[in-house]
Amino acid sequence: MAKNANWGEERVSIKLLHGVHVPHRKNTAECVPVRMPPPAVVTIPMSMHIGAPAKPVVKPGDEVKVGQLIAEAGGFVSSPIYSSVSGKVKKLDEYMQFSGQPCQTVVIETDGEQTVFEGLVPHELTDFDSFIAAVRDSGVVGLGGAGFPTAVKLKADPEKVDYIIVNGAECEPYITSDTRTMLDYTDLLAEGIALLKKYLSPGKVIIGIEDNKPQCIKKLREVFKGDGGVTVDALKSLYPQGGEKVLIHNTTGRIVPEGKLPLDVGCIVINTTTVVAIARYVKTGMPLVEKHITVDGSAIKNPQNVIAPIGASIQSVVDYTGGFKCEPKKILLGGPMMGISVPDAETVIVKNTNAVICLDEKDAAVPEQTACIRCGRCVDTCPLNLMPAEIEHAFLIKDAERLGKLKVNICMECGCCAFVCPAKRRLVEVNKLAKAMLTGYQKAKQAEAERKAAAKAEKEKQRGEAVK
Amino acid sequence: MSSLNISISPHIRSSRTTQKIMLDVIIALIPALIASVVIFGVRALVLTVISVLVCVLCEYVWEKLMHREVTIFDLSAVVTGILIAYNVPVGMPVWQLIVGDVAAIIIAKMLFGGIGCNFVNPALVGRIFIMFSFATEITTYTYPAGGADALSSATPLTVMDKLDWSNFTQLFLGSHGGVIGGTCAVALLLGGVYLVLRKVIKPIVPLCFIGSVALFTWAFGGAQPILSVFAGGVMLGAIFMATDYVTSPITNWGKAIFGLACGLITAFIRVFGNYAEGVTFAILIMNLVVPYINDLTMKKPLGGAVKK
Repeated sequence: MAKNANWGEERVSIKLLHGVHVPHRKNTAECVPVRMPPPAVVTIPMSMHIGAPAKPVVKPGDEVKVGQLIAEAGGFVSSPIYSSVSGKVKKLDEYMQFSGQPCQTVVIETDGEQTVFEGLVPHELTDFDSFIAAVRDSGVVGLGGAGFPTAVKLKADPEKVDYIIVNGAECEPYITSDTRTMLDYTDLLAEGIALLKKYLSPGKVIIGIEDNKPQCIKKLREVFKGDGGVTVDALKSLYPQGGEKVLIHNTTGRIVPEGKLPLDVGCIVINTTTVVAIARYVKTGMPLVEKHITVDGSAIKNPQNVIAPIGASIQSVVDYTGGFKCEPKKILLGGPMMGISVPDAETVIVKNTNAVICLDEKDAAVPEQTACIRCGRCVDTCPLNLMPAEIEHAFLIKDAERLGKLKVNICMECGCCAFVCPAKRRLVEVNKLAKAMLTGYQKAKQAEAERKAAAKAEKEKQRGEAVK
Repeated sequence: MSSLNISISPHIRSSRTTQKIMLDVIIALIPALIASVVIFGVRALVLTVISVLVCVLCEYVWEKLMHREVTIFDLSAVVTGILIAYNVPVGMPVWQLIVGDVAAIIIAKMLFGGIGCNFVNPALVGRIFIMFSFATEITTYTYPAGGADALSSATPLTVMDKLDWSNFTQLFLGSHGGVIGGTCAVALLLGGVYLVLRKVIKPIVPLCFIGSVALFTWAFGGAQPILSVFAGGVMLGAIFMATDYVTSPITNWGKAIFGLACGLITAFIRVFGNYAEGVTFAILIMNLVVPYINDLTMKKPLGGAVKK
């Protein structure tokens, strides 16, 4: 069985989880990100993270500058939002998210000056609480894609943290924004890691990078040479190495139990770009207002990396790179394995966007499904040892009880099963629906149990009274 | 801009399709076809082609009549057709072969919902249908090249006691009486290696099957345990029929149990039973218990506590 190379002294060899060999297509790995001029208008959604939406603190007509607070955190699990441009607030609007939930937006007309807000100053950190406060104020959320507010994740008992795993795996095809971050912002990454070490005192920091990025591994190994607390792990290029549970297992050998968090097994996983964003905020006071975006795909004329303001439309980003090569038939926010296909090019770049992939007619075609031939490829490739073919069958016959046994709830929707399926079954789609079916079933079952318990208690009470 | 395609991830898929898998199986069956023409003459090829055409036609006509999507281009009917032809002797009357084809496709496959839904291997059902309907014809093993030794006209299984290692080459190359595609062990093994290298099948089922036939034939006191795996339908069955995706277990442990049990039943029938050949029944019986094997060998999800 394949093993991760470059284990340090005390480490044991770990049997890697299953996965698939996806095409790398890292065409833009050499493209140093270029900052695009701000588009005429940016639309900044108030819900770019998991948790409560942020509350706008600006009103139409207000002048805003780059880095100025436009919305404050709407709760504990939430994140503040800063203006990515200088200009005038045009209106507070609403739009429909992919989830079907409406979401408030702040629309800003840019003046093209990109004047930086005067109030941005470096942060003096004194203790753990001030560090967490800084992370919270930076507006940083899980930039690898999850969008979970980072401050909430880092607000952990340092006693419990054995490992901080910096995720530089970037296992999705096409995307090179983390690659470029590791290469171009190595200093900030090192400063960020130093902060994490100082305030969370982990036993060890592991930087996990897939071995298709030797330049990053080499550079970071040089930077952390002689630092016993930080190891750079060359991970086998096997999708989904960057999945949280997969990365934890393949670097530490630990398994996150069902329904538990990485912290329960002493691990914190944090994306490289997230670390850099925190370090930048502490060092310069500039919060998270722009993102490195890999613009690529068969419908893109000049694939490259762009630094885009949050709230810029996909169209404006693509236009900056030189436009479409042909008419795009599918546009993805994120990579082709887990990215979301968007309804139109007016969709905007948000905090956790790391790529815009535009596909031509051929690549965008949704393959026709044929009958499952039970070849078992999905079962062989699932990193979490699930049985997608069985899950699909249980879902189709609406057997929620069996879905529970098959543990569909731990599926991370990495897409390995659907990728390898020769019958082109839509297994990720089914798993998403199956999870909902299971949740509904469990809720109904619990309600039924409670109702029965209540009825029983009532009966016994009556019987007791009758005896009296 | 015109409308964009919206779909759930993943947005790239591997290039492998059901059709390509079936094509690989067909390619893997070609060495045995060439061997059969060399050993039994052109009639072997003619029977195979007829069988394929009938199977594909059956599937097409059935699907048209039932107003269902036509699935003949997945090539699974072609594979079934070849396998049925491989399971009959070269002297088989054509109309009897056709009866087997129709039974396989209509009864075993289409009545249960077509590809992916059959619970037994259609080719085996076809063979059993022929076996019971035309018992004489299917056991008339002609060997056109003639010859005076023990193997020429009889299948080696019926004269197992008389075999020794001097017959090994004959068994290995398949120059003896038998069914069209089942005699040439080397051609079948070649196909098996191709399938394993192309990652179409895993070697678990064939290895367990063949190994357990040898083991249990020896354990039951049958004649020539090692030679027994080269005789009769073991190679054809273990490599091409027991590895059928739909009717074999999905996990590795399940496949191992399935292969071992197939071998055990084959040896049991061969040594104690009335039939000289047990491969067909062994696989068919095991096909029926596949759902149970699947349930017993479910994978343990990572970090998923097993609920009682």
